[in-house]
Amino acid sequence: MAKSSRKKGRPEPAAQPATPKPAVSAAPKPPVSAVEMGARQREISVSEFFTKNRHLLGFDNPRKALLTCVKEAVDNALDACEEAGILPDVVVKLEVAANGGPPPPASQASRFRITVTDNGPGIVRQQIPPIFAKLLYGSKFHRLRMSRGQQGIGISAAGMYGQLTTGKPVQIISRTGARSPAHFFEVQIDTKKNEPLILEKKQIEWEAPRGTQVTIEVEGRYQKGRASVDEYLEQTIIANPHVKLTYLTPEGETKVLPRTYDQVPESPREIKPHPYGIELGMLLKMLQDTKSHWLSGFLAGDFSRVSPHLAEEICKTAGLSPRARPRDVLGQTAENLYKTIQSTKIMAPPTNCLSPIGEQAILSGLYQQIKGEFYTAVSRPPAVYRGNPFVIEAGLAYGRGPEQAQEDQQKQAVPLAEGEEADGNEHELARVIRYANRVPLLYQQSACAIFKAVLDTTWRNYGVTQSRGALPAGPMVIFVHMASVWVPFTSESKEAIAEYDEIHKEITLALRECGRRLGAFLRRRERAYSEQSRRDIFALYIEEVVESCNRLKGGRLPVAKLKEQLHKMALKRTGGEKTDQVLGKNGSGPEGLPHSIIVTPDGVEGEVPKIIAEPSTTVAANGNGHPAADDKGAEAAKGAESAKAAPRAEAKARGHGKARREHAGRVAQGRKTDRRPRSAHPTARSKARARRGKG
Amino acid sequence: MAAKARKITTVEKKLIGVADIVIDAAQRRRDPTFAIPVRSLSNVTFDEKKGLIELGRRKQARSFFNVGMAKKFMQTVLVADALCELQRANLTTSLREIYYRSKHTIKNSHENTLDTQDESDPLIEDLEVTLAALREELHVRAENAGSVVGPLVLVDDGDTVDCARLGKGGYSVPSIVEPEYLDIRRCTADFVLLVEKGTQWNRLSEDKFWRTHNCVLLTGNGQPPRGVRRLARRLHDEKKLPVYVLVDNDPWGYYIYSVIKQGSINLAFESERMAIPKAKFMGLSSADPEAYELPRNVGIKLNDKDVARAKELLGYTWFQKKDWQTEIKRMLSSGLKYELDALANKDFQYLTKKYLPHKLKEKDWLD
Repeated sequence: MAKSSRKKGRPEPAAQPATPKPAVSAAPKPPVSAVEMGARQREISVSEFFTKNRHLLGFDNPRKALLTCVKEAVDNALDACEEAGILPDVVVKLEVAANGGPPPPASQASRFRITVTDNGPGIVRQQIPPIFAKLLYGSKFHRLRMSRGQQGIGISAAGMYGQLTTGKPVQIISRTGARSPAHFFEVQIDTKKNEPLILEKKQIEWEAPRGTQVTIEVEGRYQKGRASVDEYLEQTIIANPHVKLTYLTPEGETKVLPRTYDQVPESPREIKPHPYGIELGMLLKMLQDTKSHWLSGFLAGDFSRVSPHLAEEICKTAGLSPRARPRDVLGQTAENLYKTIQSTKIMAPPTNCLSPIGEQAILSGLYQQIKGEFYTAVSRPPAVYRGNPFVIEAGLAYGRGPEQAQEDQQKQAVPLAEGEEADGNEHELARVIRYANRVPLLYQQSACAIFKAVLDTTWRNYGVTQSRGALPAGPMVIFVHMASVWVPFTSESKEAIAEYDEIHKEITLALRECGRRLGAFLRRRERAYSEQSRRDIFALYIEEVVESCNRLKGGRLPVAKLKEQLHKMALKRTGGEKTDQVLGKNGSGPEGLPHSIIVTPDGVEGEVPKIIAEPSTTVAANGNGHPAADDKGAEAAKGAESAKAAPRAEAKARGHGKARREHAGRVAQGRKTDRRPRSAHPTARSKARARRGKG
Repeated sequence: MAAKARKITTVEKKLIGVADIVIDAAQRRRDPTFAIPVRSLSNVTFDEKKGLIELGRRKQARSFFNVGMAKKFMQTVLVADALCELQRANLTTSLREIYYRSKHTIKNSHENTLDTQDESDPLIEDLEVTLAALREELHVRAENAGSVVGPLVLVDDGDTVDCARLGKGGYSVPSIVEPEYLDIRRCTADFVLLVEKGTQWNRLSEDKFWRTHNCVLLTGNGQPPRGVRRLARRLHDEKKLPVYVLVDNDPWGYYIYSVIKQGSINLAFESERMAIPKAKFMGLSSADPEAYELPRNVGIKLNDKDVARAKELLGYTWFQKKDWQTEIKRMLSSGLKYELDALANKDFQYLTKKYLPHKLKEKDWLD
């Protein structure tokens, strides 16, 4: 088509003889013959291609390479566990690999040994070498099923990168059950042939009854902060609260990120492709590969949502016999068929193949990992882009946590000099954490559909400041997860989600819902604050006014009497008891925000997660749910923290009970009227009335 | 003075009255409220007979139990307290010192009573108006921002100052020039010339213009401060001297003249004491460039602000005289303003030797 249009369009530039090969005419070299050129052509193996283009797979620089290796190994471990229905228990160990001589400190080191151990189903012996040392080998590419990995490149690419930079093979230990032996393998990849080379294989004793352990030695750089291994693991836990993760840092610390949600995500079902999601070339290939003998059988059997009846109809419209042999449908006929399919009304693909994280689980993840005052989570109903079903989930954590807020107040106790301003951290921008099929995306934020949708949301409507074209400001973490059988990444290194209109729309809708809830929370808090500060203002100023009056009167004033008179008036004018109610001081309930948690210095309200039964000591140490030992002071603070943890845990237990009761109530009432708070609480009801009145 | 047993001054009584308002209101369970006269254009009237801008009767309430006003109310009481302290100690002080004196952190909080001086300055003016006490009476002085030279003998704190023997620099006019502080012993001048800019005043002083034309030369370096205005008024009242005003030819110059003549909007309550309704506008008039053949290229283009201000002036009741309307409109239509300094284009001493003598001879001034 392009050719014909060019012919019709502009006048042919071929009339000018200079166009074909200006380089040749300029160079004095003899021209190369087609035979010589032909001799230079040869096949390129995938492995060779990726050796040269390793940035495509996320190995651009040593820091990112280290992260990519950890990520691939962990993703594989989690996928395996979940598919087998096992609650994952993953140990990630990073060690500095000494290259002869004493190991340098972690921040200086350039070589690391990564060991990832899981309690998954293990791998059968024969499959170990190709899985770890053959690119594009895997179980996930050929089926449409939601999983972390997609192409079968990841872990073998990590191994190849290790091999390339350190020359060390990948070591694997795997055991499929307590009765089977553990197998040890050392494999390398033959980059020319893209085939595994087995350097060593043997049966060994292994303490774990079941699972897999991968060890890769790579060149890398360990640095904390943005897009670091630490950040990746923390974010992984937020979206995967059913995982217990133990992280042994290269500095010798042990971080335990506990499990807070005790259900393995429902195993996603595999689906057949939806006719809307395929391209012509794909259809041609499927026509050739199918096992069906009839065209109608092929349509009904190899696609989802095509019934035999509909298949016949498509054939009829396309002018083809339903009994035609699929292999004979070629060229123009195939194109006709394709067009017919695209213009036929077909039901959206089934969505039960998706396994979203769920609001409860997102809430527990955020609550455990991020300090805040307000948490909420939204799961959108499934939607479809290009025939692929997907689900968008969003979450939000706002605030700095009650402890931090109190600390801030104490910090400000120093009176301000002229020209000084109270730094109200308002300049801090929100952080966006992005996930695709439960995997955190750490790079290329600004190219990602999620990030763009966050920017496009008018957060100002929800009481958050936002400059034009920027992220909203404030202590806020925005969580967005896309679950799909096929996440459209912008590149093989899986760093950013491509921007399809349907995806953008769903993300925006989810964010708006989060925003509305945040807005409700902020408004309520603002109201409470302003009442409180009204009262505070008078109380504070009464002191000043009375003291001044006393001095004016030459110190002969009945100070106490005047103060009392003024205080009485102040109380009357700020609404007295009523204000207490607004402030929630007499225990008025939460405000009918679904799937939200509100943390105040007095306690926690909402669907508060429980830490899953672990040895009780761990629970106490991690009672606040923040990774233990995150800074030097942690050791010293441990005593204080465990003391603090006790009352907090109690409050949490209380909150949890309340939440459960309420949740049950809501379920009993049914979800139809979910938007309106239906709590039996008198205050909540009056508030709802007030809101309606305003609207 | 200090030896005498201290009597409570009237001003002190007025300040104590502020405390009484609070105490009375508290006893009667009312919201303590001050009624403060409004200081804005909408609340001033021009008394054509007297030729003065006067404060109207509108008052604003400042109540304590109002979130928006509570802090200001508290600050007002604090400033009153500081002013009363001054009275009792018989000291004078500056606006800035009042600010520092009243500033502290409120008990049990990290909030300051005052954050900047901009908060305390208007409060002092509020108290001046409300208590009908002058700033001098409140013992608050402004900076010495004016100079005087000429055949004038003053007595300041017991020192006799002969303004004819102070060289080019002259005598720096204090901000409080009330008879209790400054006595005009003798003045033999024929008129007072009030110059807007220090540079022109220096020129005249250096050329001994005051000697050749027997006058008192005054300047306020821009908008004249109260001390300068009050001194000119006293010379006008006590020695019956006419006052001539020499300012730039721009809207701000016109306004300076009008403040000297009729009083200002913000300090309308002081007009009675400060304004000189008989003061004359000597120049620079918008007619002068043509009359004195100033080349067009020494003019400056009026900017948007100038034009807006000039149009505002046209609307003021005290600029309604026909001559003034033509004067301002002429400037607007020429689109140019002229500085006094521009006269130097003709000659360095053009102002002293030609311009002023000619103007005085021709009685070429505006009323």
